Amino acid sequence: MANDVHALVGPYALDTLDRAEEQSFEEHLALCERCREELASLREAAASLAYGAPQAVPPPDLKVRILTQARAERPNVVPLRRRRSWTAPLAAAAAVAAVAAVVLGIWAASLQNSQDPFETVLSKPGSRLVSMGAAGGVAVAPDGTAVLAVAVPPAPADKTYEAWVIEAGKAKPAGLFSGRAGTSIVEIPRRVPSGSVVAVTLERKGGVRQPTSKPLAQSEKVTT
Amino acid sequence: MIGLVLQDLPAAGGRGRDLVHLSDEALLSLVASSDDDALAELYDRFGGVAYGLALRILHDEALAQDAVQEAFLSVWRTADRFLAERARASTWILTLVHRRAVDLVRREDRRRGEPLEAAPEPEARETVEEEATLGFQRRVVQEALRRLPPDQREAIELGYYGGLTQSQLAERLGQPLGTVKSRTFTGLARLRELLAQAGLEESFSN
Repeated sequence: MANDVHALVGPYALDTLDRAEEQSFEEHLALCERCREELASLREAAASLAYGAPQAVPPPDLKVRILTQARAERPNVVPLRRRRSWTAPLAAAAAVAAVAAVVLGIWAASLQNSQDPFETVLSKPGSRLVSMGAAGGVAVAPDGTAVLAVAVPPAPADKTYEAWVIEAGKAKPAGLFSGRAGTSIVEIPRRVPSGSVVAVTLERKGGVRQPTSKPLAQSEKVTT
Repeated sequence: MIGLVLQDLPAAGGRGRDLVHLSDEALLSLVASSDDDALAELYDRFGGVAYGLALRILHDEALAQDAVQEAFLSVWRTADRFLAERARASTWILTLVHRRAVDLVRREDRRRGEPLEAAPEPEARETVEEEATLGFQRRVVQEALRRLPPDQREAIELGYYGGLTQSQLAERLGQPLGTVKSRTFTGLARLRELLAQAGLEESFSN
């Protein structure tokens, strides 16, 4: 046990490894599904210990300081605002390229509910709308920023849709979403490079690290 | 549901939106899209327990505030990575708080050249209201800790609340490193069972 690398999951979950040991255990963790499963539940237990500390009331200005600092460094993310007009982005989209009519159809329908992230990516110079067949499409900017517009019904309660960026045969998780009547707009949290493919699968709730089923929708190869 | 489907969300930006009914995970999704109201709501939910934990580890109000501030700013900056973590939002946030506090206490220890003497736990000062909510959770955790074998309890408490590394624990307890590692593992696994029996996870998930 003492020399068993798996047993380090306990000290790691409790945050009692020094940072060098921690790094080497994380290398093991990346390869060991068993340890990742174990870690998830041990971490819950370790975090519960926080409630065992004596209750203390933080000074009121701590909240103010945190929020002020957060606002000051607000990341460059598209705010969700009521769109001003939905015709301009349509025109911009039409100019992007020859776009599958079905994609535009879905997109235009979704515009009535205001879709700034999709519009924003599409309006960047050099961005492309990559078809996912009948299901929808992906707007990809030259820097790899991407937003998915896909028409999938609400997922069953115990399931979730998961987006993937597939590059050189390797699928990387790219966000979970629940689906809805109409089109779901999903910002892809990782870069979508040229030559890659974006896909969507239905997975168990909470998501998975690798797809376990055939894609429900898959894009053409992205070229930027 | 963790998923972020933008058009399902209410229009953001308005002050005083009612976020109270949203799950912690839904709030984190909003934080990932730079919604500071959601960050404020998460702070209202976890700021108190976070500060209590940081104070327990650091024994210093200014340092504890630093730890909490840095942890919540980490939440702000990295909420988009939470999706991959397969954890509850509360676990993720409290893990970040613990980590920041431990980083600070270890830095202080290095500065002083030795680990802080793990101080006895201060007397609880709970108001009636806290007694009803956090007080309950605290009693369940304390009871679970009490039911651990003493050597495991010692390793867990000194490690988690004291911020000691495994090597420091081995030195402090006068035990071989392997023994300490294995006590930490079995102790934490046992604690997990005890908490599950107490149904605590349910009461924390609200």
